[in-house]
Amino acid sequence: MSGEKVLRLGLSGVIGAAFLPVRAQARAFYNFQTPVTPIARDVLFIHDLFLVIIAILFAAGIGLLLYTVYAHSRRRHRTAATFTQPVGRKQWLWASTPFVALLIIDYVVLGIPALHSIWALADTRGAEMTVQVTAHQWHWQYQYPAYGIGFSSDLSTPARQIDDRAPKDKHFLLEVNHPLVLPTHEKVLLVLASSDVIHAFWVPAFGVKQDVVPGYLRQTWVEIDKPGVYRGQCAELCGVGHAFMPIVVQAVPPAQFQHWVAAERAREAAVQATASATYSEAQLILRGRQIFQSNCAACHQSNGLGLPGAFPPIAAGHPFAASAPMLAALRARGFYRHGLIVEGPVPNHIRIVLHGIPGTPMPSFAAQLSAADIAAVITYERNDFGNHTGDVIEPATVAALKDGH
Amino acid sequence: MSAANLSSEQSHAQHHDAPPRGITRWLYATNHKDIGVMYLVFGVLMFFVGGLLAELIRSELLTPTMRVLTPEAYNQVITIHGLVMVFAAVMPITTGFANYLIPLMIGAPDMALPRLNNWGFWLLPAAAVLLVLPWGLKLIGIGTGTIDTGWTMYAPLSIQAGPGADFAFVAVLLLGLSSTMASINILVTVAQQRAPGMSWLRLPVFVWSWVITALLLIAVFPALMAGCIMQITDRHFGTHFFSASGGGDPVLWEHIFWFFGHPEVYILLLPTAGLLPHILATFARKPLYGYKAQVYSFCAIGVMSIVVWAHHMFTSGMPTDVNIYFMLSTMAISVPVAVLFFCWFGTIWRGSMTFETPMLFALGYIVLFGIGGLTGLVLSDAAADQQYHNTYFLVAHFHYALFGGPIMGIFAALYYYLPKMTGRMYSEILGRWHFWLTLAAFNLVFMPQFLLGIAGMPRRIPDYALQFAPLNMVSSIGAFALGATQLLFLYNILRTAFGTSGAVASARVWEGSSGLEFTLPSPPPFHTFATPPAID
Repeated sequence: MSGEKVLRLGLSGVIGAAFLPVRAQARAFYNFQTPVTPIARDVLFIHDLFLVIIAILFAAGIGLLLYTVYAHSRRRHRTAATFTQPVGRKQWLWASTPFVALLIIDYVVLGIPALHSIWALADTRGAEMTVQVTAHQWHWQYQYPAYGIGFSSDLSTPARQIDDRAPKDKHFLLEVNHPLVLPTHEKVLLVLASSDVIHAFWVPAFGVKQDVVPGYLRQTWVEIDKPGVYRGQCAELCGVGHAFMPIVVQAVPPAQFQHWVAAERAREAAVQATASATYSEAQLILRGRQIFQSNCAACHQSNGLGLPGAFPPIAAGHPFAASAPMLAALRARGFYRHGLIVEGPVPNHIRIVLHGIPGTPMPSFAAQLSAADIAAVITYERNDFGNHTGDVIEPATVAALKDGH
Repeated sequence: MSAANLSSEQSHAQHHDAPPRGITRWLYATNHKDIGVMYLVFGVLMFFVGGLLAELIRSELLTPTMRVLTPEAYNQVITIHGLVMVFAAVMPITTGFANYLIPLMIGAPDMALPRLNNWGFWLLPAAAVLLVLPWGLKLIGIGTGTIDTGWTMYAPLSIQAGPGADFAFVAVLLLGLSSTMASINILVTVAQQRAPGMSWLRLPVFVWSWVITALLLIAVFPALMAGCIMQITDRHFGTHFFSASGGGDPVLWEHIFWFFGHPEVYILLLPTAGLLPHILATFARKPLYGYKAQVYSFCAIGVMSIVVWAHHMFTSGMPTDVNIYFMLSTMAISVPVAVLFFCWFGTIWRGSMTFETPMLFALGYIVLFGIGGLTGLVLSDAAADQQYHNTYFLVAHFHYALFGGPIMGIFAALYYYLPKMTGRMYSEILGRWHFWLTLAAFNLVFMPQFLLGIAGMPRRIPDYALQFAPLNMVSSIGAFALGATQLLFLYNILRTAFGTSGAVASARVWEGSSGLEFTLPSPPPFHTFATPPAID
């Protein structure tokens, strides 16, 4: 790889000297999070280099400006010169030096490290593991095809912290119920898909930001060299919940990762088992409240009143006006009469949560919530918010509908 | 221009040398000065509307809690802030200067197409109303408010959006029509109405900057208008241009938007970059440095700006080679922009400078736009852009570029030409306070945002993690100060335009000014250059 060698030489030779002293000092102030992947280190290197170069250019420019403002003010310089362009070969040479310097800065000093990093990021070969990342409005879903496990990862900051009714905890808005767990020292390929609009997967410590575009599979990779918890956020405006879909990655050594996989499999098996278990109304409502807050409240609001015109209320008897297609879909399912939201039939309620309502923002939850969770949240919805149906939905009912009956 | 034409203009001037009275003067206006003033008044008004929205944004971001706005309202406010500032404030103001100044600078009696000029202006208030009308409708219970997608209107979020999005797309169509009309008018005027002896390479730099701006507008706005129509048909008529579920491509919209959107940056910038040398030369009492270099740089910037758009999309997942092309081509723009900076320095170097308000704003432009330009160099790097993209670093960068450039330039030009337009001097003391407070407050708002972006705060979020709290508070306090400072500016221009306390301005206004516009009395008569001036 002689090209690689030349690039590395370029990296260290051309700019190494300028870059070293600043690095230590830059870390002391607001700066990039400590990089933990090769890409993030590359990007930090480029960033530090940039800071030095633009600081020098800015200092030169402002120095020149302050000097001329001082020396060529009317008080000190009564007669203005009259030149309008460089005269003679020597002046032309002087006048062209800044531009030659600029071209060198653009294409050599900055261009070479940039190319190095771009090519490195594009090289997704040799990945030891693949994780499929699916973006939804407004949470992330992670699947490990090789291990047959998967889960969704929702914001776990309670709404009362956002509304300032409770003190905020340390990782306010950057905490989830179920972090993405990745092994360290392994090249992990992330395959990204979106189920609705454009999102962007961004974890600053990984130096990676990749838009997730519906209709495409995008890919990027990470190789984390330090165990720890790394936090990021969606970086493309994706609707009202854009600020509330953080990414939390827990990097663990490979051996520990295998333990986690085993535990995760056991947990999923236990969840499967809950599909045939039965619960009391109180248990379901308790669990349902948590599920509602983390999955439904972003649109339907934690008080269940929804948002006029966009997201229907959960509480029956409330007026709701929206676009004709949305109202037609609600009416067809028995949830809307005479301008008011009503409590429709239980099987339709389950189907809405399982499959969503196509053509409206209501998504399908079949992939991210277990039968027991859906049973719990529907029981909660039908017995809170002023609804007193007394309906108790058991997981088996949901599981039956989920299997297509 | 034929002699017959000129003499008919002359007789026209004799019949109507005084402006018509009352509201019809403005409704039926065809006089370039009246229309220019309307553009300026409308633009300044919308600058305050956009500013008010910015204050709302910063109030919400003062502390990490949803306090002032809901997330939906927040998304709507940031969207309308962007659309209003770009389309309804900066563009109309620079078009206003074009209308008012270009005929005066080239010795023409008026714009070439006065009725088109009237129509072009009166589309603007309609478009502005369309942008904010959905809020009014929401107050009476109709709809969900205005567009909430961000000013980039990315699909398929835009297809999901409420009816406010339709209002916005139609508004953009009207704005596009208006800009296209104004651009055609300016090009025809410069091509046809120049006074004898005013050859292309004797045109004032400002006129050249508008020639390139008009060409850019005509080249790129149709793409956005077509895109808006495609969005509307996707939303209502079952097409799937941008919706992946029907085989469309969300990234196509990004390409269409930025094919317009990047040249748009230069459309906002060039007119004030053209006014700046006039102001610098006046107060340095020195001729312009590097006239041809500036003109050719405008041309180069115009051409290059059309072929670099996808540097706004480095994280969208384009092929590696495409990213590399857009990085390398973007870096090349730094050269003609650097030539402009070089000429600005050359113009003041060894001059005999005084520092009246326009000069202060012009120097402030060089500093702030310089920071915007240098950080733009940083962002052109497709690798590092992975970290900067869609963070507050980007937000700070484009505010340094667009406030530091166009808006500082507009302040400079308004103070510079206000005495010419009104016949009275503004208050120099208030002007200087306005400059220094604006400079300090602006940096207080946006310097912390560079640091926030580097620390990892994404843009367009109404609520944020706790580590971003201190810098956000500083930024918000700066924003309140910046907003309050603009009231000084408003008071100063109103006082100059309507008061009688300001000193009377001479024809030349400034000791070092030159150009045909300064051969006319202040304020210039309703009709000017009915007979073309002699160009020495």
